[in-house]
This record gives sequence, C-alpha cells and structure tokens, in this order.
Amino acid sequence: MIDLKKDAPRHRRGVLALLILGLVLLFVTLLSTGMGYIRIAPLLVVKLIIAKLTGNIRLLSGFNKAYPYVIWDIRLPRILTAVIVGSGLSISGVVFQGILLNPLADPYTLGVSAGAAFGASIALLLEIPMLGVYSVPLFAFIGSLLTLLFVLSISSFEGKIASNNLILSGIIVSTILSAGISFLKYVADEQVSVIIFWLLGSFNSRTWIDVFLTFGIVTAGGLFCLYYARDLNVMALGDKIAMSLGVQASRIRVSLLVAASLTASICVAVSGIIGFVGLVIPHLMRFVVGSDNRILIPTSALLGGILLLFADTVTRAVLPHEIPIGVLTAIIGGPVFCYIFRKRRKAMIHG
Amino acid sequence: MGNPIFEISALQFAFGRRKVINRLDLKIDAGHFYGIVGPNGCGKTTLLMLMMGYYRADEGSIIFDGLEISRYSRRRLARKMSLVPQDFMINFDFSVRDVVMMGRYPYIPRFATPSREEEQKVNAVMEEMGIAALGERSVLALSGGEKQRVVFARALAQDTPVLLLDEATSNMDIHHTLHALDRATQRVMSGRTIIGVFHDLNLAAMYCDQLIFMSRGRILKQGKTEDVFREDTIEKTFGVKGTILTHPHTGSKQVIFRKESTL
Repeated sequence: MIDLKKDAPRHRRGVLALLILGLVLLFVTLLSTGMGYIRIAPLLVVKLIIAKLTGNIRLLSGFNKAYPYVIWDIRLPRILTAVIVGSGLSISGVVFQGILLNPLADPYTLGVSAGAAFGASIALLLEIPMLGVYSVPLFAFIGSLLTLLFVLSISSFEGKIASNNLILSGIIVSTILSAGISFLKYVADEQVSVIIFWLLGSFNSRTWIDVFLTFGIVTAGGLFCLYYARDLNVMALGDKIAMSLGVQASRIRVSLLVAASLTASICVAVSGIIGFVGLVIPHLMRFVVGSDNRILIPTSALLGGILLLFADTVTRAVLPHEIPIGVLTAIIGGPVFCYIFRKRRKAMIHG
Repeated sequence: MGNPIFEISALQFAFGRRKVINRLDLKIDAGHFYGIVGPNGCGKTTLLMLMMGYYRADEGSIIFDGLEISRYSRRRLARKMSLVPQDFMINFDFSVRDVVMMGRYPYIPRFATPSREEEQKVNAVMEEMGIAALGERSVLALSGGEKQRVVFARALAQDTPVLLLDEATSNMDIHHTLHALDRATQRVMSGRTIIGVFHDLNLAAMYCDQLIFMSRGRILKQGKTEDVFREDTIEKTFGVKGTILTHPHTGSKQVIFRKESTL
C-alpha cells in the first residue's frame, strides 16, 4: 500500500485518497456488474448503463436480450445497495467511535442491530401483510429507532449524556432484546429459519426502491455527520476543550448519535445485520489518512462501499454457493481486525 | 486598575444538592496574571468553568467584557477566551500539529485548508513551547507531560485576550512548568489576562501579580500578591502553618511549611 501518511502534505493526502478510492469503487462496481452466472464484459456493462441512463435504445442493438434485464433489474440494485450499506455502516462507525471516544464502538453499540432484529423478527413471525415485502425492513427500522430512543433516555442525566453511560445502556438494552429474539425464535416454530436467515444479512433480490431508500437516508445522514466532522475532531480532546473552542459537545453529541443511528438503521433494515464493517473500516482508514474526521468520513464511506461490494460479489459470483454476507464479513473482518489491532499497538509502542 | 473584564456578583452554583459556589463576588481587571488558590473542593475549577460558560450559574451574574456570559455565542467566546483544563484526554491519533491547529479552528471555516499565515502561527507556537520536533508524531505516543504541553500550545495558538489555566502544568517537569508559565506571562505583558488555578502556592506567588484565596465556594481574600500572600491568609485558607520568605533573586514572596507532626 502507498504510504500516503508520510509522503504527501495533510490535505493533499486526503484528496488523493478520496480520488483513488472513488476510482477503485467505480472499477469494482463495473467489474462486479459483469460477474456472475452470466458473464458480461465490463465495456458492455458501461455501454448498457449509458444506454439506460440516456434512453438511447440504439446502443442496445446487438446485445443479448437478457443482458439489460440481468444488469439493470437484478444486479445493479443489489450492487448499489451493497455499496450504499457499506458506506452507511462505515460512516456511522466513524461517528460512533468519535462520539463515544471508544475505538471499539460500532454502529451497533447502542443496540441499533438488536432493535432492528427484534422488529424484523416480529414482522417475520406474525407475517404482517400490510406492506408486502417491505413490512420486515419497516419493522426493523422502527425497532432500531425505538431502541435508540430508549437507550438515550436511560443514559441521560440532567440533560447530559456521558459516553460510558451510553455504552452501558446500549449493552443492557441489547442483551434484553437478544433474550426477546431468542424467545421469538422459540415460539416461531416453522418461521425460525426465516428469522435466522434474515439476521445473517443478505443483499439477495434487492430492488431499486431499496437503492433509493438507502441512498436518500445514508446521503442525508452522511452529509450531516460530515458537516460536524471538525467539531467531532475537537470533541476527542474532551468536552471542556471542545467548549473552549466553540463546540457545544453535549448538544452535537446527541444530534450526531441520532444521525449515525438513523443511517445504521436503514442499512440494517434493508440488509440484515452485517457485522465488522462499521468497526474495521474506520480503523483501516485511520491507519492511512489519520484521524481528521473531515477526511476520515468520506474516505471510510468509499472504502466501506468497496469492501462490502467485494464481499457480496465473492458470495454471489465466486463461491459455488451463496453464503450469508454477515457471515462472510465476520469471517474476513474478524482476523483483519486482530491484525490491525496488533499492528497499531506495536506502532504505538515503538513510535 | 479599574478596567474590569469580569464582574461576578452573587454567583451561586450547586451540583445537585451540594453547593459549590456560594454567593461569590469577584472583579477581574484586564492585563493581569490572576492566581486562584484554595483547598481541594473549594470550587476553584467550578468557578473557572462558570466563567467560560461551561456551567450555567444557578443565580447571580457573570459579566464578561460588558455582556452576560450566557449571551455570547460559543464561537464568539472561543475567539475571546481559551482554556487549558486540568483533565483532558486525547483519544485518537491526531498528530501534535493537528491538535495545535485546533486552536485556530474558531478562525477558520469548517472545510477550509488553513492559510499559510495560520500554519505559521501554529509553527511559531510549537516552536515557542518546544514541541516543534514532535510535530508529526501521534499525540497518543506522547508522555503525560508532553501531552499537556501540546494542549497548552493549542490554547496559546487560540491567541485570545483571556487565557484560563486550570492546573495547566500539573503533569510537566519543573523545566517545562517554568517555561510554560514564562510564555504565559509574556502574554500578560502584552495586555492579555490570565486566570489560573494553582495547587503550588509558590508557583502562584512567583508568576501571579494578583492572588485570589478561595474557601468553601467564596472568596476569602483577594489582592496584590505582595499584600495578600501572608502567613495568616495561608493558615486561614488551608489550615497549615507556613513561613513567608523573600526570594533572594527575584524578590517575590515564597512560603515554606512545617511538617504537621511538628506543629
């Protein structure tokens, strides 16, 4: 890997990283779109996308009739959802770690995942028909929001929220909800496999509605977090210094928590629980571009998109059988995290 | 004298039911180095936090530069007052230079790259505090004293009319303590105001031209250092017996103590 940290001046290093990651993301997206049961050359993929976007049907002449359907209706929604979810989880990972001043925090620390899982389990168990296939994500979303509100309310004292209280409250509530999910599984009987499968996460058969939904919320949440990125830098020095530099830490902490949780919630709602992305990506990126959140947030978003798409492409097009994406990210992410952890400790000790 | 930058009257503040500041009145004039001393838990840090608007007073008023402190916007206040706190932390591996640059944040738009002038100001302060050589090092890899020098430099980089120091040199060795306080004093020479909480009475007596003795949330005694730094004031404030000596070189007052068992 190029050592951007030492060679280039600070701000150029960030811009360079953004540029490289952006290009890689584009490349991986095109490559992935061509991969699968039906192989399609990347150039044809580009041509087809341009034809679709411009409405220029003539570009499509000479194509296999199935290609537009395969690419536009099946692969692209899944691929884009994977990219956006990877970005969303990474952004909220950066923000959670920054706010909770804890490098082990991830988008799920406050119980977002447990809440979503509980909501989804209820929807799956009761087979609520009101919104068709969207009742599960909707229930997951509502579940995670209610959990967030509950965690915030039990961890605040006299209008202020301390990081340790938040983490503790998150763990307590998650544990209770996990017990609840176990109970739901117990009574679920035949539906139990459906619940388990949802919990493991998947991008299978995503639609353009998923893409627009996640894109809207992840973009809004991401931009909000980016706006306060510099304030988040200052908050790393504690609330008093933050205050002396004009940053009202206690207020911004809550707004950022809500924005990051919303972002994570929509990701969980459409994809199930995908672990380790929100934990590992920010660490990996800090290693390269440093801790300035103004650079860390957008670069992590890009890297998260790249890596989650990579993982999804592996399970979709490379492995003989599709395995749940949540399992794959944990299998890859776990060891990677151990490696980073060891390496960073060493770097810290030896300067 | 007679140019008050802080006018505090009938100030009251409590943590829950515990009264920390109790009907406190205080006037601070611009262009001096004030030292606040007093026993543990007497409200020194709390007073400082009230003065920078970190806590909001329960009752009474704090007029800063002609305006009630709560009426200031945070950003405006950040250009007028900086702080070196007693308890600080650094959780992510920002470089030393990154942290000192944070002192310039109140003057730079959120996403702007710092101008050359800003960079130079940061360089000058790092040079001044003897941390220029550490510039690209991660703050996580520094010792406690080094971290404190970085945080101190950040406050100097903020370049405000008022500087609040809360035990700002508690982790530094004697060389760096004297150096940091010298650099601070140099700010006072050019018309700035420093208000510092001190544990070390002799440091306070050496650097501050004005001393404030606090006890149980009130001001016990305030005045010029040579007038108020006396054995009876120290005994009344801390409950210990000391002997005041005059420094043979600087002429400033210093205190030495007796062991409790020999009282």
